[in-house]
Amino acid sequence: MKTATGTGKARWARDTLAPALAKSPERAVSFTTISGRPIERLYAAEDVADVDPARDIGVAGAYPYTRGIHASGYRGKRWTMRQFAGYGTPAETNGRYKALLAAGGTGLSVAFDLPTLMGRDPDDPVSLGEVGKCGVSVATVEDMATLFDGIDLGAITTSMTINAPAAILFAMYLVVAERQGVAWDRLSGTLQNDILKEFIAQKEYIYPPRPSMRLITDLFAFCRDEVPRWNTISVSGYHIREAGATAAQELAFTLRDGIEYVEWGIKAGLDVDTFVPRMSFFFNAHSDFFEEIAKYRAARVLWAQAMRERCGARDERSWKLRFHTQTAGVSLTAQQPYNNVVRTALQALSAVLGGTNSLHTNSLDEALALPTEEAATLALRTQQILACESGLTNDVDPFGGSYFVEALTRDMIDEARRYFARIDEMGGMVAAIEQGFPQREIAESAYRFQQAVERREKILVGVNEFVDAGHQPVPTLYIDEQAAQAQQARLDTVRASRDAKRVSKTLDALKAAAAGTDNLLPLVLDAVRADATVGEMCQALRDVWGEYEEQPMI
Amino acid sequence: MRKLRVVIAKPGLDGHDRGAKVIARALRDAGMEVIYTGLRQTPEQIVAAALQEDADVIGLSILSGAHNHIAPRLMALLKEQGLDDVLVVLGGIIPDVDIPGLKAMGIRGVFLPGTPMQEIIDFITSHVRARN
Repeated sequence: MKTATGTGKARWARDTLAPALAKSPERAVSFTTISGRPIERLYAAEDVADVDPARDIGVAGAYPYTRGIHASGYRGKRWTMRQFAGYGTPAETNGRYKALLAAGGTGLSVAFDLPTLMGRDPDDPVSLGEVGKCGVSVATVEDMATLFDGIDLGAITTSMTINAPAAILFAMYLVVAERQGVAWDRLSGTLQNDILKEFIAQKEYIYPPRPSMRLITDLFAFCRDEVPRWNTISVSGYHIREAGATAAQELAFTLRDGIEYVEWGIKAGLDVDTFVPRMSFFFNAHSDFFEEIAKYRAARVLWAQAMRERCGARDERSWKLRFHTQTAGVSLTAQQPYNNVVRTALQALSAVLGGTNSLHTNSLDEALALPTEEAATLALRTQQILACESGLTNDVDPFGGSYFVEALTRDMIDEARRYFARIDEMGGMVAAIEQGFPQREIAESAYRFQQAVERREKILVGVNEFVDAGHQPVPTLYIDEQAAQAQQARLDTVRASRDAKRVSKTLDALKAAAAGTDNLLPLVLDAVRADATVGEMCQALRDVWGEYEEQPMI
Repeated sequence: MRKLRVVIAKPGLDGHDRGAKVIARALRDAGMEVIYTGLRQTPEQIVAAALQEDADVIGLSILSGAHNHIAPRLMALLKEQGLDDVLVVLGGIIPDVDIPGLKAMGIRGVFLPGTPMQEIIDFITSHVRARN
């Protein structure tokens, strides 16, 4: 069988391809993906001769989940359409959430501003000019209550993109739920809470890696007991890719981060099957269609195998990789911004064909500013068209068994495993980060891609090919300083009306616990209930743990 | 002739440093001496670096929308230090309406996403005033 098909491809190359190439040569010497991966002109059975259909591809809903974690794919439940949003004051963002839900969005996703992400209050001097700009400003539990005013936390799921201060913002959400009368065991949603990718790529860290990891394992333990339906972490490749990684690097570093969290959880005394089922992932949907589909399929296989074989998980739920996807912000262009609608639609298509469980589609104006409501609605409509008009959701895994996609899936798995081996040799992901390894690999890829664009080996429509001389203006959202002033005024009111003694008592208790080993979540909750601010709580932990500083390198 | 000395700086709270690092390497490959300050530098720190490094050029990378706060402070400090002949350029996500104001305060070049590296290199070499 193998010999026959092998002969088949060789014969095709000789009898059919060679004369065709003699008549009309190809456009380039080699063809590569956006990540620089060489692609053959035709894939055939012999290219997947080492892929065992039963063992490696399997069936949907069963180990190793190459074809998806659900036996019936999207025929049961479609993916969650979760649009990341946040700007200005909590009241402004609350209005945007209500509009997204009214337009048929099925989950919320909070974008916090930079001061909140970095654990700084709106009146901190380093927050100057940043309040409410890249997301919504939340400094107190009052802000969190306003953000979800009129939205039943028991009826929706909420994703919060927050990392270094994740435990604090999560505690605020829990207190708001309490006030709404929603029991914690009814709450469902996701905390990003992925500090490793901050050190690797997005750089919104506060504390050094080791105490940062302790905050995360504390959260795993707390949620296991108190908020069992909550996804405690969203291990993120998105930012790694945005920083310039190739698809395979995104895959490898993200999955290896996931393994690192599991191993630290086990070391902290947690039983693997009590917290791994609540871990989730977050990938980037970039522009190279087939490479992306292969990436998602490879991710499911790598996770299932790592959990079963390396980490000893016995519960099937621990083996199933659930993931959110966002289309690639970095692929959006300021030039000819309407082209971004098409880019986003194609990227979303690859995420759906790769089996994403939830999806954010970017808006056409995001290379220029935060999106307008009109642009954000069009982005949501793009998902709805894919879900309802295209027939995409009828079949569970249309690419299963494709010679090309299966070969690409296997190649991605192999490349990720080579990275795993190197990182293991360094002593794990925390150690690799401390040595700057993933950071260097990503910077190298980013520069290589930029050079390929400069040389026009990679074409970006409207940027280095098909360029318009004229400017194509689109309306953009402009965020002025009113949000900053309003947030400072709110903060003043809270500070004036709270019990200052109770605040300092709870902050002292938090510091004492940070220096010890008790789970920090109950102490954070006490401080939140005392109206301590995000900045004050983060400062308490800074006092104990110090701040991380990266060695600048280019 | 001495190599052009460029300080690449990333002020503000934002950590997205892909652009800063890519342009730093491109300028270095174009024969300039590049000093990258790292993340979260205050205008004071950037001006101190420019002074210490005897910089001909300061390149700022700002994606967070804080440019209208950072730029005026930086330009005032440069003037105070007698460094107003240093060429200052800015790259990042900058709304069109803000560009004239930034140029009026002395930022000579503002570069948006998608600008070819070569265009920035050419701009620097043609606008810099040699300081030696």
